[in-house]
Amino acid sequence: MDENRFDMGPIDIAWCPGCGNFPILSTLKKTLEGMDILPNGVVLVSGIGQAAKIPHYLKCHFFNGLHGRALPAATAIKAANPDLTVIAESGDGDMYGEGGNHFLHCIRRNPNITNIVHNNMVYGLTKGQASPTSRIGFVTPVQTHGVFEEPFNPLAVAIALNAGFVARAFAGDTETTFAILRSALEHRGYALVDILQPCVSFNRLNTHQWFQENTYDIDESHDPEDRQEAFRLATEPDRLPLGILYVNRERTPFEENLPAFAADRSPLYAREPDLARLEAAVEAKA
Amino acid sequence: MGEAAPALSGGVSVVLGGEAGQGIQTIEFILAKVLKRSGYHVFSTKEYMSRVRGGSNSILIRVSSRRVRAVVDHIDILMPLDSKALERLSGRIGPRTLVVGDRANLPDSPGLLEAPTSTIAEEVGGRIHENAAAVGVLSGILNAEEEVLMTSVREFFADKDEAVIERNLEAVRRGYEVGNDLCRRKLVCVDIEKNIAVRNEPLINGAEAVAFGAIAGGCNFVSSYPMSPSTAVLTNLASRDEDFGIVVEQAEDEIAAVNMAVGAWYAGARALVTTSGGGFALMGEGVSLAGMIETPLVIHLAQRPGPATGLPTRTEQGDLELALYSGHGEFPRIIYAPGTIEEAFALVRRAFNEADRCQVPVFILTDQYFMDTYYNTAGLDIRGEEVRKYLVRTDADYLRYRFTGDGISPRGVPGFGDGLVTADSDEHDEAGHITEDMGVRTAMVDKRLRKMDAVLAGSLPPGFTGGKNYRNLIVTWGSTYPIVKEAFERKAPPSSAHLHLSQVYPLPPSALQYLKKADRVIVVENNATCQLGRLIKLHAGVTIDGSLLKYSGLPFSVEEVEETIQRAERK
Repeated sequence: MDENRFDMGPIDIAWCPGCGNFPILSTLKKTLEGMDILPNGVVLVSGIGQAAKIPHYLKCHFFNGLHGRALPAATAIKAANPDLTVIAESGDGDMYGEGGNHFLHCIRRNPNITNIVHNNMVYGLTKGQASPTSRIGFVTPVQTHGVFEEPFNPLAVAIALNAGFVARAFAGDTETTFAILRSALEHRGYALVDILQPCVSFNRLNTHQWFQENTYDIDESHDPEDRQEAFRLATEPDRLPLGILYVNRERTPFEENLPAFAADRSPLYAREPDLARLEAAVEAKA
Repeated sequence: MGEAAPALSGGVSVVLGGEAGQGIQTIEFILAKVLKRSGYHVFSTKEYMSRVRGGSNSILIRVSSRRVRAVVDHIDILMPLDSKALERLSGRIGPRTLVVGDRANLPDSPGLLEAPTSTIAEEVGGRIHENAAAVGVLSGILNAEEEVLMTSVREFFADKDEAVIERNLEAVRRGYEVGNDLCRRKLVCVDIEKNIAVRNEPLINGAEAVAFGAIAGGCNFVSSYPMSPSTAVLTNLASRDEDFGIVVEQAEDEIAAVNMAVGAWYAGARALVTTSGGGFALMGEGVSLAGMIETPLVIHLAQRPGPATGLPTRTEQGDLELALYSGHGEFPRIIYAPGTIEEAFALVRRAFNEADRCQVPVFILTDQYFMDTYYNTAGLDIRGEEVRKYLVRTDADYLRYRFTGDGISPRGVPGFGDGLVTADSDEHDEAGHITEDMGVRTAMVDKRLRKMDAVLAGSLPPGFTGGKNYRNLIVTWGSTYPIVKEAFERKAPPSSAHLHLSQVYPLPPSALQYLKKADRVIVVENNATCQLGRLIKLHAGVTIDGSLLKYSGLPFSVEEVEETIQRAERK
C-alpha cells in the first residue's frame, strides 16, 4: 500500500502557522497509513470550526456537516454501511458545546466509530470566546470578567456513561498520540480521544508551555479496565493525565445490535424492499 | 317504548363517547374490523384529549353500502359511555338520533334505548369489560355477523389469558344479544346492503399507509423523536424493522434525527424522519444541510395545531409555510400532501424516488386527522412504481458536485466504486472542498436552483372533479380532499368544480389552467390564515375569492363544506 495514500499533496491549509491542528493532522495520517485501511474505506465526519476543516486536508471520504452534528451523522453513516471506518472529528466547542447532547447519547449508543476532539479550550473560528472546556478565570471578549462556569470534563462524563474507550493525548506529543489513535481505531465500539492542543492566536493562557507543565503521562501500572481508578484520574484537580484512562470491551456496538443487520450483512445502499412481504403485510390488515 | 324506528338504510353514522381509559379505542378498532369483515364499507376516526385517563373522547364510525371516507356531523346512533360524553356530544343530537346506552351510566337521558353494558360487564367479571359489551351491542344493532365478531374479538385479545378472553367473549356475546333484541323490537332498524368483496379488503389508517409507502419506496433507515401525531409511523416501522431490514433509531432530539437521516442518505440508505410541527421546527438546519450538500431527504410532517405545544392530539393544516420556508438559504424542495390512504402510500413511495432523482428534500404533509383515520381500501398498488435509485459506481476521478446541464450531479456513496464521496455544508467546489471563490459560489447556486426544472418535470397533476363550465373552483390540499369530494357527490353543484393539490409545491404547472379559468377560487383549509391561498396567489398570480377555514382542532365535516358550496352556487 502507498505510504502517503492519505496525503492530499500540496494544498492551501487555512490554519494559523504553529496551530496545534497540524501535528494532529499529520499524526492521524500516519496512524491511518500504518493500518490496513484505504482512503476509500474511511469516512471523516466533522462539524464546524477550525478543527472541523480537517477532512479537507486528508484524503478520504468526508462529511463536513453542521456545527455540533458530527456524531449523529457519523452514527448513521456507520449504521448504513458498517464496512466503513468512520471517524468523527471536531473541536471542543463543536463536540462538547453545540453537540453536547449528541455527545452524551452517542456514548450511550456506542457506534463503532472513533471520536477525536481537538481541545484547545477556546473558540478559534469565531475568534476567541470561551469554550465549554475553558478554564476558570479565562478572560475573553465575551467572558470579560473571566470564565466562572465549571469547565466541562469530557473524560469524566464519558467514563460515567461507561464509554468503551476513553483517552487523552497532547498534540505536542505525537508519539503518544499516534499510539492512542491506533488503539482507538482498533477498539470495537465508540472511542473518545480528547487531544489537548494550544491555540496560538486566541488562547494565551493554555500555551504549549502551560500544557507541558500541567499534564503528565499516566503511570504504566494503571489498569484501564478499572473504572473507579479511571474516574479518579479523569477528575484529578491539579494536572491533566495523558494516556488511555478507560477501556471496556464488553459493550456491543450500536450497529451490531440492529435487527436490520441480523439476517443481512449488506450495506443499506445495496438493498431492495421485499414487496412480496409487503403485500402480505397489507393483506394481513383485512 | 314508542313506535318502530324508521329504517336506517344506505349508511349510518355511529358515534361512541367516553373517557380515556374506558377502552373506546379498542371498541373502534374491533368494531371497524368486525363491520368491514361483515361486508360493510367502513370509515372510522377519533378525536381525543391529550391525556391517558379521564377527559372525554369520541369515535365516529360510518357504516355504508358504498365507500365512505369523510367526517359527518350528524349522528344516527350515539352510544355515550358516560353522561359527560352525552353532554359533550349533545349539539350533534338531532331529532332522529337514537341514543343507546346503560341507564346506570346515563340517568338523565329521556328516550334512551337501554343497553345495560355496565351490568353485563359487572356480571362477567368487572367494569373493564364494558367496552367489549359495547362492541357486542353495536355489532348486534348493525347486523354484524356473529361468527366474524367472535373471531375478531378472540384475535384482538389473543395475547391475553384464556380466562380474560372468555370473559370478553361473554361480554361481547351478551351485548350482541341486547343489540339483536333492540332490532327485533324494532327500536332500531338498520338495513344496509353488504358486499362480499369488502370482507377481504385491508382496513388501514393514515399512519399505516405512510409506513407502507415508505417500505415500498425502499426506506431502510428511520431516525425520529416521538411526537404526536407522527409517532405511529415510527412505531409501525419499528415493528417491521427485522422483516424489512430497516434501521430504526429513536434519536435524542429532532436535531439528531434529521442529521442522522442526512448522514444515512449520504452513505446510501433511504432515510425518513417522521415528526410534527414542533419537532420539525428543530430540523430546519438539517433541511438546509440537505439543500447544500444535495443529499436526498424525506420528511413526514404530521401537522397538529400550534403555535408551540398547541393542541397535541388535534388536527390542523398549519405548517405548510413552515415546510415551504424551512431551512436558511435558497434551494429547491418538493411538498406532497396526500388526500387518501392510497395516495399517501403512492406519494410516500414517490417521495423517495423523487428525492433521490433530484437530490432535494421532499416533504409529505399529513395531519392528526389523517393519521388516525381508518377505512377499507380496494388495495394499495404495491408494484405501481419501482424503487429507482440514482446511484453511480464512482471512478477514481469522481467529482461529487460536477456541473451538469440539469444541475443534478451523479451521486455516489462511500465504498461503491473507486472515487471519494464528499459533502461540505460550506460552499464547495465540484470536488466538494470548501471554497470562497465567488465565481464557483455563483455557479453552485445556479446549479442547485437549476434542479427545480427537473422537479417541475416530475410534477404530479392535480385532481379535478367537475364539469367544464364551472364558475367556482373549490381548492383543497391534503386530508380535506375526501370531505369536499363527498360534499360534491351529495348534491352535484352545477357551477362548481373541485381541484385537489397532492403536490402543493412547486405548484404543478397543469394546475394553472384550472385556477385561471375560474371566476371564483375558494380554498378549503384546516388553518386560520389560508396558507395554500397565499401560495397560489404568489406562485400562480391568481386571486383567492373566498375560503372556508377551520382551526378549532377538528377536521371539517361534509355538512360544513356542503354549505359553503351551496352558498357559492347562489352567488
